[in-house]
Amino acid sequence: MKSTLVAAAAAAALLVGCADRTEGPAAASDRPSDRGSTRYTPPEDPYPSTYRPYPGAPTAITGATIFDGEGGRIDNGTVVLVDGRIQAIGGADTAIPEGATRIDGTGRWVTPGVIDVHSHLGDYPSPGVEAHSDGNEVTSPVRPEVWAEHSVWPQDPGFSRALGNGGVTTLQVLPGSANLFGGRGVTLRNVPARTVQAMRFPGAPRGLKLACGENPKRVYGNRNQMPGTRMGNVALMRQTWQRAAEYRDRRQREPNTARDLALDTLVEVLEGDVLVHNHCYRADEMAIMMDMAREFGFRISTFHHAVESYKIADLLRENDVCSAMWSDWWGFKMEAYDAVNENIPLVHNAGACAIVHSDDANGIQRLNQEAAKALADGRRMGIDISDAVAWRWLSYNPARALGIEEETGSLSVGKRADVVLWNGDPFSVYTRPQQVWVDGALLYDMNDPRLRPVSDFELGQPGEGDVK
Amino acid sequence: MIGLGRGTGWMKRFTWMLAGIAAFTAAPAAAQTVAITGGRVVVGDGSEPIDGGTVVIRDGRVVAAGAGVAVPAGATVVDASGKWVTPGIVAGFSRIGLVEVDAVDASNDIQADTSPFSAAIDVVPAINPLAASIAVNRAAGVTRAVVSPATARSIFAGQGAVIDLGSDMQPITRARAFQFIELGEDGADEAGGSRAAAHVLLRNALREARDLRLPIGSGATRERPAAEAPIEDISENPYILPDARRPEDVLLTRFDAAALVPVLQGRQLLLVHVERASDILQTLALKREFPRLRLVLVGAAEGWRVAEQIAAADVPVIANALQDLPSSFEQLASTQSNIGRMRVAGVAVGIGMINDDEARQIRVSTQYAGNLVGIGRVPGHTGLSWNEAFAAITSRPAEAIGLGGEIGSLRPGRRGDVVIWDGDPLELATGVEAVWIDGVQQTLENRQTRLRERYREPREGALPNAYER
Repeated sequence: MKSTLVAAAAAAALLVGCADRTEGPAAASDRPSDRGSTRYTPPEDPYPSTYRPYPGAPTAITGATIFDGEGGRIDNGTVVLVDGRIQAIGGADTAIPEGATRIDGTGRWVTPGVIDVHSHLGDYPSPGVEAHSDGNEVTSPVRPEVWAEHSVWPQDPGFSRALGNGGVTTLQVLPGSANLFGGRGVTLRNVPARTVQAMRFPGAPRGLKLACGENPKRVYGNRNQMPGTRMGNVALMRQTWQRAAEYRDRRQREPNTARDLALDTLVEVLEGDVLVHNHCYRADEMAIMMDMAREFGFRISTFHHAVESYKIADLLRENDVCSAMWSDWWGFKMEAYDAVNENIPLVHNAGACAIVHSDDANGIQRLNQEAAKALADGRRMGIDISDAVAWRWLSYNPARALGIEEETGSLSVGKRADVVLWNGDPFSVYTRPQQVWVDGALLYDMNDPRLRPVSDFELGQPGEGDVK
Repeated sequence: MIGLGRGTGWMKRFTWMLAGIAAFTAAPAAAQTVAITGGRVVVGDGSEPIDGGTVVIRDGRVVAAGAGVAVPAGATVVDASGKWVTPGIVAGFSRIGLVEVDAVDASNDIQADTSPFSAAIDVVPAINPLAASIAVNRAAGVTRAVVSPATARSIFAGQGAVIDLGSDMQPITRARAFQFIELGEDGADEAGGSRAAAHVLLRNALREARDLRLPIGSGATRERPAAEAPIEDISENPYILPDARRPEDVLLTRFDAAALVPVLQGRQLLLVHVERASDILQTLALKREFPRLRLVLVGAAEGWRVAEQIAAADVPVIANALQDLPSSFEQLASTQSNIGRMRVAGVAVGIGMINDDEARQIRVSTQYAGNLVGIGRVPGHTGLSWNEAFAAITSRPAEAIGLGGEIGSLRPGRRGDVVIWDGDPLELATGVEAVWIDGVQQTLENRQTRLRERYREPREGALPNAYER
C-alpha cells in the first residue's frame, strides 16, 4: 500500500513537472540568478495551473448587439465560438460553421466576460467567519513572500454569484491591504473547481499587492511598530526595495546566495515578471509611488481604489498607470472622502487607463451596473463616451492590467471565448446574464437550473441550488 | 453660487427658482405653492404611473397629484414634460447623518462602545444635517431616512428617528420613532454568547420596564393609549422621577428601563434585526408574551422560508434587496428573490440598507429596486413589478415605520417631498433634476459636485487648483 502511494506521488510530481514546462509565458526559465547555483532551486512555477477548459459545442450567437471590449460595436452582429476560442465576429453575413449551435441574440447584447482586477473571493469567502479570514498576513508590514492563491477557498459561493449574476469570467484575487507588501495576487478563471490550481489562469503573470496610506500605518502604528505614519510607509517601502535590488545583484554575483522568498517576489517585480497592483487612494500618494517606481526601476500596473485619480489623471496618463475604481463608493475612511461620481469618466477622458473594480463579493455581481452609473454621470458633465468604449473598463483594460490581454478581454478572433450573452442592454438595471461561456464552455444559463453551480458549502443547506 | 447639481439645459429654465438657496444654507427657504406639470407622475403607493400628470405642493404638503389636477392661481409652474415626477426616496433603514467618515471615530456616532446606556440612547442629538452624506444622497433623490443607532454592548441599540435630508438645520421628522434591537448572531454576542441569552435578556428588560413604578402622586398616567403620540424625551419620562420606586434586582439602568416602557405599551415600534428563519419565528413569538409589542423585522434574509408566518403575524419587514450570499450562518438561504417571495405571501416589505451602504449610500436604493424588477425576467426568480419596486423604496418603508400618512407617497396631505428625474428613476443612467423637501426646493450641490468641477481640468492654470471654486 505504502509503495503504491509513493509511486502515485512520483507520477503526480512528473505530471506537475510537465505542466510546469508547458504552462505559458510566465514560466521564463533563464533568470540569471539561477544559473550555476548548486543550492536547491525550486521549479519556476510551483503550484502550476492545472486548469483545462471544459468542453464546449461550436456556438454562434446571431442578431445581437455586440460590444467587442476594445471599443467596437456591431449591431445585428454574430459571434462564433469554436474549440474554446473566438472563431469569428462580424455582421449578419458572418459565416457560421456547419452544425454549430445557433442562439438568437435578437434584442440581446454580447460582450466579453467581465474581468475583475480586484477581488478577495476565496481569501475572504462567504460565510465571513474568522476561520475563513485569510486575506491579510498581519504579522509584518512586509510580506511579499505570501501568495493569495494559498488562501483561496475554491468553495466560496461568491464565485458562482460573480459568474451568474455578474458575467465575471476572470478575476484577480489579491491579498488585503493591511501590509505595505501584501503578497502575490493570482489571476483565476471563474470556474468551479476542487483546487485553486484548477482555477489559475494559465500563463497569467502573478501580481504583487502594495498598499499606501491609512491601513498599514494604522495596523502597525497601533502596535507601536513601523510604519506609524505615511512617511514611515514610504521609508519602509524604499528600504525594502533597496534590499531587493541588493539581493538581486548579489544573487547575480554569487549564485549560491541563500534564497529569500520575500525578496524573490520583489526581484520578479524588478525583472517585470510580476505586476504591481497598488492599493492607493490619494492623489499625492500615487504621485509618490510613481516616483518610487522610477527610483527602483519597477512598473506600477494599476492603482487600486484610486478614489482621487481624477485629481492627477494627466500624471496617470503620462506614467501609463491604470486606475481601478468604484463608481460611487466613498467616505468610509478619510482617504476615501474626496470621491466624485465622475472619477472613472474623468480618468478615461484624460487618456489614462480606467477600470471598474469591485473589491467586494456583492459589487463583483454588478460591475456592469457600476460602469453604467459612472458612464451616465460622465455624460451629464459633458464627457461623451459611447457604451461600447465604456466596456473597455470592464474587460480590455483590466486584461491589460493583468497582462492577459493577448488571451482575453475582447472578442477578437483567436482569443479565449469568454463571452456573456445578456438578456438586454448590460448598462440597464433590468438586465442579467442569460448565458456565460468560459473558454467556449457554457457554464451558466439562466434558463437551465442544471447550469447553476452549487459549491460544496451550499450543498445540503437551505437554499441549495436556488436562484440567487 | 447656486448649485445646479446634475443640471441640464432644461434645468436652467427654472434656475431662477433656486435664487436665494445658497449652498449649505442654514435656514430653510420658504415653502411655495408649486405645480409640476406634464410629467409622468408616480404616486409611490404601488399604483400605475400617470402620464401628463400634475403635482401641486402648498404649505409644504402635497395637495394633489395625478391627471386633471388644476394648477392653483399664483402657483409657480414647473414644466416637467418628458420627465418623471415622484415622491422622494425613503431609506427604510440607515445610519445616515450619524457619521461623517466611518473610520474617523470622533466623527462617528453610530454606536457607543463604552457607554453605560443602551435602550435610552436617542439618536436625535447626534444627527448632523450638514453631514456630507446628507447632501450627496439628497442630490440623488433621497428625501427621508429611517436612522437607527447600532448596538455595542447590549442587544438594545437605542431609539432611532426618521429624518429628512433637507439643507436646513431641522432634520427630525419623528424623534424616537422606534427602539432597535439585535436578536440574531450579533444579539447573541452582545448578550453574552448565545441567542438564548439574548432572549432572556430581552424578556428580563421588558419586565424591568413593566415593573417600574411611578412615584405616588406624580400625576403621570401609566398608560398612554394613543399609539401614534410622540414618544417623550427621556428627561420628560415620568419613570425617571427621583422617588420613583423600583425593585432591587435590576440589570438595566433606570433610564434604559424607562425607555422601554413605550415599547412595552405598544406606543413605540420595536425594530428587531434577525436574519435566520428560526430567529424570525422566535421574534414573532414574542407577541404571545408581550401582546402589545409593535414589531418590525429588519434584515430577514431568510424571510421567504417563513413568509406565511410573517404575513399571518401582520409584521412588516425592512429587508436588504440584493443579499444573495451566505455571508453568515444566519443568512444561508439568502436570495435576491427574498423580497418578491415575501410579498407574494402577503408580507408588507420595504427596502432598507442593513449593510455597508447604511451611512452614505442610501442613494443606491433606486438601483436595488431596479434589480428586483430585473430578476423578474430570470426563470425561477420572484421579482417585483416596477410599481411595487418603487413603492418598496417610498411608501412601504414609510408605512412600516408608521409614517405612511406623512411621507413616502404623493397622496394628498403627505409632506411635499418631490423629485423630478430625467428618466425612469430606477434606471442607472437616470439623473435627478430637482428635489423638494417639505415643499422647499433643495440645492443639489455638495462636496462631490464641487470637487468634480474643480478637477474638470486637473492640470493647474495660472493659479493652483485651490483658487478654483
